Amino acid sequence: MSPRSFPRGRAIRLESIVKRWDDTVALDEVGIDVAPGSFTALLGPSGCGKSTLLRIVAGLEPASAGRVVIGEDDVTTRPADKRDLSMVFQSYALFPHLSVAENIVFGLRTRGVKRPERQARLERVAHLLGLEALLERKPAALSGGQQQRVALGRAVIAERSICLMDEPLSNLDAKLRQTMRTELRALQRELGFTMLYVTHDQVEAITMADQVVLMNAGRVEQAATPGELYERPATTFAARFIGTPPMNLIPAAALGEVGVRLERALGLAVQVGIRPEAMHPARGAATFEMAVTGAEYLGADALVQGRIGEAPVQMRVPGHAMPEVGGTVAMSVAADDFHVFDAGTGARVATPDPASLLARTGFSVATQGAEAPISNQRTP
Amino acid sequence: MRAGHDGLPVAFFVQEDAPMLSRQWIHGWLLLLPALAFIFLFTHIPAITTIWNSFQSTPRGRRPAQFVGLDNYERLIGDPVFWKVLVNNLWFALGTIPVSIALSIAMALFVNRAFAGRSLVRMAYFTPTVLPLIAVANIWLFFYTPGFGLIDQVLGAFGHGQTNLLGSPDTALGAIIVVSIWKEAGFFMIFYLAALQAIPPQLAEAARIEGAGGWTIFRRITFPLMMPTTLFVSINAVINAFRLVDHIFILTGGGPDNASSLLLYYIYETSFRYWDTAYGATLTVVMLALLGLFAIGQFFLFDRKVHYK
Repeated sequence: MSPRSFPRGRAIRLESIVKRWDDTVALDEVGIDVAPGSFTALLGPSGCGKSTLLRIVAGLEPASAGRVVIGEDDVTTRPADKRDLSMVFQSYALFPHLSVAENIVFGLRTRGVKRPERQARLERVAHLLGLEALLERKPAALSGGQQQRVALGRAVIAERSICLMDEPLSNLDAKLRQTMRTELRALQRELGFTMLYVTHDQVEAITMADQVVLMNAGRVEQAATPGELYERPATTFAARFIGTPPMNLIPAAALGEVGVRLERALGLAVQVGIRPEAMHPARGAATFEMAVTGAEYLGADALVQGRIGEAPVQMRVPGHAMPEVGGTVAMSVAADDFHVFDAGTGARVATPDPASLLARTGFSVATQGAEAPISNQRTP
Repeated sequence: MRAGHDGLPVAFFVQEDAPMLSRQWIHGWLLLLPALAFIFLFTHIPAITTIWNSFQSTPRGRRPAQFVGLDNYERLIGDPVFWKVLVNNLWFALGTIPVSIALSIAMALFVNRAFAGRSLVRMAYFTPTVLPLIAVANIWLFFYTPGFGLIDQVLGAFGHGQTNLLGSPDTALGAIIVVSIWKEAGFFMIFYLAALQAIPPQLAEAARIEGAGGWTIFRRITFPLMMPTTLFVSINAVINAFRLVDHIFILTGGGPDNASSLLLYYIYETSFRYWDTAYGATLTVVMLALLGLFAIGQFFLFDRKVHYK
């Protein structure tokens, strides 16, 4: 399909969207900016309101308050078919009584596109998605992956500037999901539309999206690039949601004397966040002593459960370097790998110069050149 | 030894397993026996007897039934009342089936939406189904009564004179048709309601995003997906059109001048009022043949158009 036939993607701006069902507030003042032609993932646990938000953008659900702006137009009250967007449903929503070809051109037919034009576009889309051999089949005679492609075909044939997807890969097996991730991303790049993609799978969001909007309980926790979300989580929720296993959150008080000094230096009660993969067995001065209570060998690496002071923590170490259960290990953590959160609100506490702050409060942190978190190399 | 000699192993097996097999066989038939006895007693034997009777004369007094060949069928072809009630029945079917199906789809679509008092409306639509047809006929008899029935009272308020819908040959069949539709539509609605609720709402949403309006969604998505229900309902409606005559007893008695008589009502009159049992059997055979043909025809006609899940 030639790129010229596609208009560039358009921007989406959501302004203080509120959605109430009787007494429950599903969305609470949600504001999001989606750049034209970008891939934005709405990520969050189930029930966080991400699908409701998508349906509000689609026009399938009215917002209780707030504005939906697409491109330059306020579309808040426009019906779904006047918003120039397409949508892929979690269940695919293929019409079971229509053939693949009829499913794909359904929208063109309802909009009165002439038959030769429909046929030409159908051929291009079928070629793009590798559906040529399946056009006469009914959806029931297709595998899950093929049904997924038909749903994609129906979404892209109309050449809309925006495509919405609601957990489109959740019904596929793990292997196919990985292939489709790559294909979806490539398709979106090639056709240039704006993608708004709902998922509860952090891997999908992080691998595909330009921007990840992390939602929790009807609010936006953080909207950032995948890298930023991992490296500088804005809240303890974001810190625990992104990354497997989740970030260790240790109340400063559990760290003893240094913890008390840290809280005094910052002037508030804090939690210290350290990712399992940021902890390394110390070669020089140790940042913490960790009591090892358990370990799981995973092949390339191993997960070590233990305690620092009273706080339970997990550490990821190379598979060949499993410590013994019952003993203690000395660990070092680089200054940049310390995350500090307000213990009350859960918000990130800005630490402009973490190295000197930690040095002042008595942490002996590792300098640069910490070991790579996942490594198959044996050190000689 | 068993497998080694041609012919011998087979005979050997049969001998060895025969008592086992025959006992299972007896157990199987014993288990089937009660159901078989009833189905033969009440369905197959009467049906065969009916067919046999249609080739016999009616026994009267000291004159027993005799084999008369196709005499009864010749009489049937020359019987103007038979043709009259057959044509009536076709008009009755044509009048009730499409209208009651269309009405039931409309009612199902209506009560499938969320609104206050939905269950009340559903119940109201279904009530005629719960009522016995005899009771329904009595209610409608009051509506139709010339002079002070509901219809005449309403028409009278607009200065219209008396009507006698049941008593006039032009309107009697129409009046019966209306009662049947009223009785049947609510029953069919239940099936359509179940069919509608089995359609995932995402299909309509996907169609809406693709620019389909309410009518297009119904025509291209909802109605085709309800085709199995339509097939089921239409076969039932056809059977009912030939089977339900209770209201005729109350409302018109088939009159005036057989204007509202249907095939089954004529069979009843022939067999049990005039005791012409042989001719009644002949009429019954014709009706069964007709119904069988309709059912087969409907399956063939619809089969290509019905999408089963």
